[in-house]
Amino acid sequence: MSLVNIKIEGQPYQVEAGLTVLEAAKKCGYEIPSLCTFNHGECNVGSCRVCLVAATGGGARGLVASCVFPISEGMEIRISDPKSVQARRRSVELLLSNHNVNCQQCGKNGHCELLHVAQLVGAREGAYQGVKSATTLDEIAPALVRDTSKCILCGRCIARCANAHGLGILGFENRGFKTIVSPAENRSFANSPCIQCGQCVNVCPTGALMEKSEIDKVDAAIKAGKHVVCQVAPAVRAAIGEEFGNAIGTPTTGKMIAALRRLGFEKIYDVNFGADLTIMEEGTELLHRLTNNGVLPMITSCSPGWINYAEYNYGDLLDHLSSCKSPHQMQGAIIKSYWAEQHGYDPQDVFVVSVMPCIAKKFESKREQEKVNGIPDVDAVITTRELAKMIKRAGIMYNRLPDEDWDPDIMGDYTGAGVIFGVTGGVMEAALRTVYFKLTGKEYEKIEFTEVRGHDAGIREAAIDINGTVVNVAIASGMKSAKVLLDEIRNGTSKYQFIEIMGCPGGCINGGGQPYVRPCFLPNEEDNILDTYKEKRAKALYSEDERQTIRQSHNNPQIAELYEKFLGEPNSHKSHELLHTTYAARVGFND
Amino acid sequence: MAKLSESAVQTITEICHRYDNENTPLMMILSDIQNEYGYIPLEVQEIVSKETNISVAEIYGVVTFYSFFSLTPKGKYVIGCCLGTACYVKGAQQVIDKFSEILKINPGETSEDGLFTLDALRCIGACGIAPAVSINGTVYPKMSVDKVKAVIDEYKAKEAAA
Repeated sequence: MSLVNIKIEGQPYQVEAGLTVLEAAKKCGYEIPSLCTFNHGECNVGSCRVCLVAATGGGARGLVASCVFPISEGMEIRISDPKSVQARRRSVELLLSNHNVNCQQCGKNGHCELLHVAQLVGAREGAYQGVKSATTLDEIAPALVRDTSKCILCGRCIARCANAHGLGILGFENRGFKTIVSPAENRSFANSPCIQCGQCVNVCPTGALMEKSEIDKVDAAIKAGKHVVCQVAPAVRAAIGEEFGNAIGTPTTGKMIAALRRLGFEKIYDVNFGADLTIMEEGTELLHRLTNNGVLPMITSCSPGWINYAEYNYGDLLDHLSSCKSPHQMQGAIIKSYWAEQHGYDPQDVFVVSVMPCIAKKFESKREQEKVNGIPDVDAVITTRELAKMIKRAGIMYNRLPDEDWDPDIMGDYTGAGVIFGVTGGVMEAALRTVYFKLTGKEYEKIEFTEVRGHDAGIREAAIDINGTVVNVAIASGMKSAKVLLDEIRNGTSKYQFIEIMGCPGGCINGGGQPYVRPCFLPNEEDNILDTYKEKRAKALYSEDERQTIRQSHNNPQIAELYEKFLGEPNSHKSHELLHTTYAARVGFND
Repeated sequence: MAKLSESAVQTITEICHRYDNENTPLMMILSDIQNEYGYIPLEVQEIVSKETNISVAEIYGVVTFYSFFSLTPKGKYVIGCCLGTACYVKGAQQVIDKFSEILKINPGETSEDGLFTLDALRCIGACGIAPAVSINGTVYPKMSVDKVKAVIDEYKAKEAAA
């Protein structure tokens, strides 16, 4: 590694060559405000001009955009030079001059990077007045809201959509003062092949991209006196603590349950029960396909972002998808049938709220194929972030809550296999634990199939030897990786029998509804937190799996009871009625 | 995509692969399609996206960034009035307004009979003969409000004769 000599504010430093001014300054202990760049230049178009600094020598002359300008030998950087300070302030003030600045009412309030840099540079109120660009508010899509009056044209969302999914739903459109970031033709997300995963929401520095909130629906149901049942996905517990200042990767399951109880939900269940149920159904389906020359490879169907992608882009491969509903939909269907029956409730009076790390689940819950006799399995989906908002709104002091436990009746038991659904490779591992048992009649001794584990995008594969039968499996998260596996199937060259696909890179722990990871708001986290947060959240889930005494879905006693008393057996007629679904190819740019 | 004929799909696909050896072929592809059909609607962009693996949003961004590309069909005669600085100070605004008045269309629109499209252009590099108007490549130097009707009539006569 070659070193170069630079000076910041007159002080000499040696830093590695090849860094940008912004990166080099950070190594030397200076944080230059910036908006458009993030995550090691995942997006570095240098468009926002918020990171301007005065630089001389080493090829630099005058003001440079530190996020893209490389350092070189002899460069002198002055961050606090009056010229630099004024330039940064002017950049931010110009951004604000074309922004709706309704900060108090904005959903990103408290997480907005624009507001943060405005404070850092000392932006003055109403510094530039004038005409503002025409704006678009898209609230048509079930999961996503786009409000261009808050967009600063940084391009982060464009980069994330392309990097995570190879999709590029969003792009810059038109030019000059009329420029907007939007799906082609300034369409709604609903009329474009957007999979509604919400990765763009996670990276948007302002409130221009947001999930569509369903908090009002929950409020209304509680007020109407419905039997409001709350079910929480595994990945939520690994991240919600972050919203209350806990270090990333701190599981706060007990406090989360305590908070939910104080919010007025009648019952609080873990979707892990639904995950165990999914494994029973999906494992049985896989075994059936393996032994009856069924369509292989079979692909998991837990991720609604992935389902959207498949329906838009691989309509010819839908037979490969497991017919299983996702865990929270399954559990919702059981709550509205068996559970309601046991409690003597009319299913119409039961209101199921899912707390999810995902915004595509909002879309999924409204699908016609996710209803039983016209009654939706799930009535409202709120994200991890929305739950945190509800807790804060209620004045609940989260960190001081006692640890409480899930409601124990009917669907209170869960296994370690269910917990790990929240991370890429988890569904695969959970399924293998049960499939191994079904094929061999005994438990897998090591319990864990660590070869399928990971916490990032990209493809992993393994050949699992089960009593001489080799099952070739593959795991992908993020549609860019998934595409590789899908094209193999399309070309007839796929060697796998079972594939797990998750929409978001890293799986649900990195879902589009999870707390924002913004280094500028996390001064106590390590510098490379954007590289490590997924691993930390994954660890929280794997450690909960390790703590469970029962770690295979088929050993969940209440699952056994549910089959005995209600469903019959996995893939039974009743199971198919309640727990399985169908898919249909869709046209992306529909009018 | 139902709107496109099979032969059009074929031609567009062929155009997409004319520049397979280029690193950044998009501008050339779009240029050829614009020349061939006179416009590049979304259906066509979807084909280009499929063939080149460039996202529709990015292609749409390029098409809407450059005024040379059009999303809607253009008329048989495209009247480009330069509104660059030199032409503007020499009265180009009055010239384009006159075209608008006679043809009953705004800049960017096409006349109902499909004959004329009126475009406002930025500098076309003909400042010495300002104000300049370009019709399908033929440049009309030192235009004035008085000459506009004669120019339009010239093309109308050409059509009547044909």
